Amino acid sequence: MEVMLALTAGVLVAAGAYLMMTGKTVPYVFGLTMISNAANLIIFSTGRLTLAKPALVPGEAITISGAANALPQALILTAIVIGFGLLVFALALAYRSYYALGTAEMDEMRVAEPVERD
Amino acid sequence: MLLFWPLVIPFLTMVATLFAWRSIRTQRALSLLGAAALLAVALVILTRVIADGPFAEQAGAWPAPFGITMVADGLSAAMITLTGLVALAAAVFGLQDVSDGEARSGHHPLANALLAGVCGAFLTGDLFNMYVWFEVMLISSFGLLVIGGRKAALDGATKYVGLNLIATVAFISGVGLLYGTTGALNMADLHGRLAGRGGEAGILMATGLIIFAFGAKAALFPLHFWLPASYHTPSFTTSALFAALLTKVGVYALIRYFTLILPIADTPAQPALLWIGGFTILAGALGALAQSGVRRVLNYSIMSSIGAMILGLALATPLALVGAVFYLAQDMIVKANLYLVAGSARRLAGSEDFAEAGGLWRAAPWLAALFLVPALSLAGVPPFSGFWAKLILTRASLEAGGYWCAALILGSGLMTLLAMARIFAEMFWKSHPEGDVAAGGRLPAAAWAPLVALSLLIAGAGIFAAPGVEASEAIARNLLAPDAYLAAVLGPGAEVRP
Repeated sequence: MEVMLALTAGVLVAAGAYLMMTGKTVPYVFGLTMISNAANLIIFSTGRLTLAKPALVPGEAITISGAANALPQALILTAIVIGFGLLVFALALAYRSYYALGTAEMDEMRVAEPVERD
Repeated sequence: MLLFWPLVIPFLTMVATLFAWRSIRTQRALSLLGAAALLAVALVILTRVIADGPFAEQAGAWPAPFGITMVADGLSAAMITLTGLVALAAAVFGLQDVSDGEARSGHHPLANALLAGVCGAFLTGDLFNMYVWFEVMLISSFGLLVIGGRKAALDGATKYVGLNLIATVAFISGVGLLYGTTGALNMADLHGRLAGRGGEAGILMATGLIIFAFGAKAALFPLHFWLPASYHTPSFTTSALFAALLTKVGVYALIRYFTLILPIADTPAQPALLWIGGFTILAGALGALAQSGVRRVLNYSIMSSIGAMILGLALATPLALVGAVFYLAQDMIVKANLYLVAGSARRLAGSEDFAEAGGLWRAAPWLAALFLVPALSLAGVPPFSGFWAKLILTRASLEAGGYWCAALILGSGLMTLLAMARIFAEMFWKSHPEGDVAAGGRLPAAAWAPLVALSLLIAGAGIFAAPGVEASEAIARNLLAPDAYLAAVLGPGAEVRP
């Protein structure tokens, strides 16, 4: 199970990094989303991956040893919510800056740092 | 409950300003009130820390390693006090600098959310909670950057957002790995669990990711490109808040991580941070000389100051840490002052680009004097506070045998002096390209008051340097031997964990 998650995270990071290096705003945002999901998978795997071992048991029963740790899952939940908010903002910004600047190419965005002329 | 007030006050102010959405005057008054209240509460916390040492409070009364802890030690208390001070200065300056359009787009709610994030990051005793406060700070800074809606702001914001989001991902991965290898997120708990394990592969990996994350927030070389691309695009009030607070949170987090969580001497991070700090100083000092606008010069000067603080941390001697702490504290005031002076200069000269401005010496000689105070302090000229910061760091480098560190700190001081002299020559000394009548006008009291107050503080902290330096020594002592911090968080005697 861990191997599968590790491979998935690796593929996501590779694909994300490739997209981010295209130099265009929208693929950059998509690539970033992939990498942040890979980070979520990494945290997920730190909490133990188990099948059919509930972490919370009703009544007086003790927690089964070796059950998954629920804390990393709670951390991911926070990270997903924050990541989603940031993604929406980044997409809106990409859209607005495309309309204002007339380009989605990062190399052509030189308004804030104009090319110096002598 | 005391430690939660620095979070509650900005959040309450934010909500109140949202309710007053239609009335900009009410929003301004509320912001001013909120900043004053934040400063007052921070001062109460600071006096308690000075009197009784570090203290902690647990959210929801969950005991320490399990719940979220808020801790105030000397460093945190000093940082939130300075945050309150900068917030108040920015709120007063903002009365005349933040345009009605920006206020109508939500400047005041966003600025207060930013303050809540900054105070949270300074006070939290939990690494994951720090991530959350970083995000609060980040998302409100995104908003503050773009609300003007000008082309340059959107351009700068695209780079700022893109590069900072990578740091966010690195932060969360690092925290996840650290939790996976140690099972702890509470910083005091991590201190015990990581003792002597600084060389393990998993911990090195996590530390690397965290250096990347905090380094990007602090604008360390080579992760600094978002800063000169964006800090000169929003209103001057926003710039001053960013310059004084945001990068400092990154430096604070690095200091906290490499003193409390994982003492830097135990890790291979020490030589790496020395190199990074050195290159940051160089990149900042050289970059500042090549720019053609007030704020664009100042953007790079942030980097050379940050680099000096990181050098102080990486030298890892007690004196160097004293220097880093003193530098960090006084730089918050200096940076806020510089960006606010730049705002006043731009208001009178009509532009902040060197090619389109000038003539301020004749039009506003007092403003020139007020510019020189933070500018000379930044370059490390006595009697201002920056001189002592550079002096302590230089002495610490020489004592530690880091001669090139001393050379870098002194050399960057000279280059910063050149950069500041260039601002002075271009904005104040030379005549305005459209004739001397083009520069002038009256500055309202709301522009003068914060400048005078901050300049007096800088001069005061330089002339009467002893209390500040002694406080920094006490803070550094507590950082290097965090027994009181651990006892405050985990309860007495709990720090001897295997």
